[in-house]
Amino acid sequence: MTTYFNEMYDGGQVRPPYARLSDWMASMPADRRLEKQAEAEALFRRIGITFAVYGEGGDPDRLIPFDMFPRVFTGGEWAKLERGIKQRARALNAFLVDVYGRGEIVRAGRIPAHLVYQNEAFERAVVGFVPPKGVYSHIVGIDIVRTGPTDFYVLEDNCRTPSGVSYMLESREMMMRMFPDLFRENRIEPVDRYHELLRRTLASVAPAKCERDPTIVILTPGHYNSAYYEHSFLADLMGVELVEGADLFVDGAFVYMRTTQGPKRVDVIYRRIDDAFIDPLCFRPDSMLGIPGLMDVYRSGGVTICSAPGAGVADDKAVYTYVPEMVRFYLGEEPILNNVPTWKCAERDDLGHVLANLGDLVVKEVHGSGGYGMLVGPKSTKAEIEEFRARIVADPGNYIAQPTLALSTTPTFVEEGIAPRHVDLRPYCLVGEKIELVPGGMTRVALKDGSLVVNSSQGGGVKDTWVLAE
Amino acid sequence: MLLTVDHVTRYRYDQPVRAVVQSHRLTPARFDGQKVLAWAVTVSGGEMGGAFRDGAGDWVQGWTVKGPVSEIEVRVQGQVETTDLAGVLRGHRELVPPLAYLRATPATEADAALQALAASAAQDDPLSQAHALAFAVAGAITYRPGATHSHTTAAEALAQGEGVCQDHAQALIACARALGVPARYVAGYLFASDDGQPHEASHAWAELHVPGYGWIGFDPANRTCPDARYIRLGSGLDAKEAAPIRGIARGQGCESLDVTVAVQSQAQ
Repeated sequence: MTTYFNEMYDGGQVRPPYARLSDWMASMPADRRLEKQAEAEALFRRIGITFAVYGEGGDPDRLIPFDMFPRVFTGGEWAKLERGIKQRARALNAFLVDVYGRGEIVRAGRIPAHLVYQNEAFERAVVGFVPPKGVYSHIVGIDIVRTGPTDFYVLEDNCRTPSGVSYMLESREMMMRMFPDLFRENRIEPVDRYHELLRRTLASVAPAKCERDPTIVILTPGHYNSAYYEHSFLADLMGVELVEGADLFVDGAFVYMRTTQGPKRVDVIYRRIDDAFIDPLCFRPDSMLGIPGLMDVYRSGGVTICSAPGAGVADDKAVYTYVPEMVRFYLGEEPILNNVPTWKCAERDDLGHVLANLGDLVVKEVHGSGGYGMLVGPKSTKAEIEEFRARIVADPGNYIAQPTLALSTTPTFVEEGIAPRHVDLRPYCLVGEKIELVPGGMTRVALKDGSLVVNSSQGGGVKDTWVLAE
Repeated sequence: MLLTVDHVTRYRYDQPVRAVVQSHRLTPARFDGQKVLAWAVTVSGGEMGGAFRDGAGDWVQGWTVKGPVSEIEVRVQGQVETTDLAGVLRGHRELVPPLAYLRATPATEADAALQALAASAAQDDPLSQAHALAFAVAGAITYRPGATHSHTTAAEALAQGEGVCQDHAQALIACARALGVPARYVAGYLFASDDGQPHEASHAWAELHVPGYGWIGFDPANRTCPDARYIRLGSGLDAKEAAPIRGIARGQGCESLDVTVAVQSQAQ
């Protein structure tokens, strides 16, 4: 029987950061709780914050369930996490500049060449290009789980366009509106500087040819995209235009946006569409979402694209296992945050171990995301395990496996009252001229009893994440 | 050899289009086998866009044309001094590692027949194997202009048994990658005549990466390796990626294309 670290209770004792929440919880009668929960749901629905569930024909406007019970970190815990996150974001960016340059880490034999250069996400079109300030990944979303009082593991890195930051901001907004007293009684670090820091980060990577206050836009695939709410929310907060591909065009050596006052030059594009779709001349010719000629402007220094095309090679699940090596190689430091031990099915010895222990492991597709295409051994039936075994044997290179982590729990409001549920954390690290991180992130919670899958696309919910001021 | 090039591509639209955006790989890079003496690309009514040398060593130049416009002429004129290096791409500056050229594209996916063709030519010595692969492809696909179109894949061309230089190059690339040999598509010009008359001279071939030599060109269509009659423009994973001109027109107009290429040799 696995024991899970409960972030609020140490046996029967309430841990100090949760002390006031314990009183708050005790003082809330069930009917008031239900009333507040209904209020939160109505608010979320009104502002339109929804997240489509892929496949199975589910309701695309389903709300992500919001859980009112906050998740709390002490200032000390956060200080360590912050150092570890920033260290990782620096190393990932150094790796990207390197592999699109001379590839020193490969030459030094610290990561296998095929893992980098034969990777689907390795973009030949940007080889030899160093983006402004040497940054490829401007918003690094690092998924972290906790297994003990001081034990944190990085589950995966998201270097392309990690979503969910709107949930961090809206969850806080919601809690402050519904429970203002909580914010008087606890000294909670604010997260509302995020949009200001994001804007500053994007402005700091304006291309060299931009000699004025840079014009920034957010490029969205459109309102059918599941994260469209977030795109428009961030554009509003930053006071920048939200555009689609058809709103932008290339003329000469620059990119322009159509406006009612005529064309306006654009300097920084925070894109929320994939590499394959951003320029039909360079990548997929059938893309209707992109801007023809954009890559020529980008590579000749006329515009900055965030995240930079090609950034995905750093967040591949097989490359993930080498991130601690990147920290040592580029920064000459020991990693502050641990990786989860990972077996690569592409390697014969690892494959043997994985197949012999499928019932105890979590197996993931190398390029999968959103909690799809994975096997959680201890939570699966014999038939499910056997079916997955066949898939791994057929294409071992497509899978990695990790031990089933004992994810920590926090108290969560459920039908029956309050019960522990498993959580993870995605903080959003901003990388430009400086590296910035607001104290907090998106805490995802697996609402099903016993479930370890927190992905919103798999029925997970979100919580407000508190970092207490020291 | 001293080669002069005059290459005109004329785009006509049945209705005027609002704008045209193009990306060109139309300028030969310098290496030991070719030295550019003079080179100019013009686009009628065009504005030069961003330009840069990419990781593969090719010069890329963007162009835009403001509409309404119903005809655009892209003209390339230049002079190149070439030396026969038996196909070896010596002294070419590039940064992309050969391993990045093992990836299949839809046009170069090796089906069972291409894999079998590759296996039939497999040899221990990488250089002999490369020659054997080019020879096998030349034997399996007979040169016949008009037999295929620009979207024909390597697998389709082999099944049909006929094709043009693009099909030969893509089939050779598919076979090479099937054996784990990095391979890429090269677009360029060929001085195809000794009679002094101008001939259609746009051409394509493949380069295979051979340990100890680096990239070596193979032209299965002519059963040879590129020599002093060849001018190399640029490369890519397949024909689409290596295309000297990639472009898009904004508007409703239907496009028709007219290309003339003349490559002539001058006495030195």
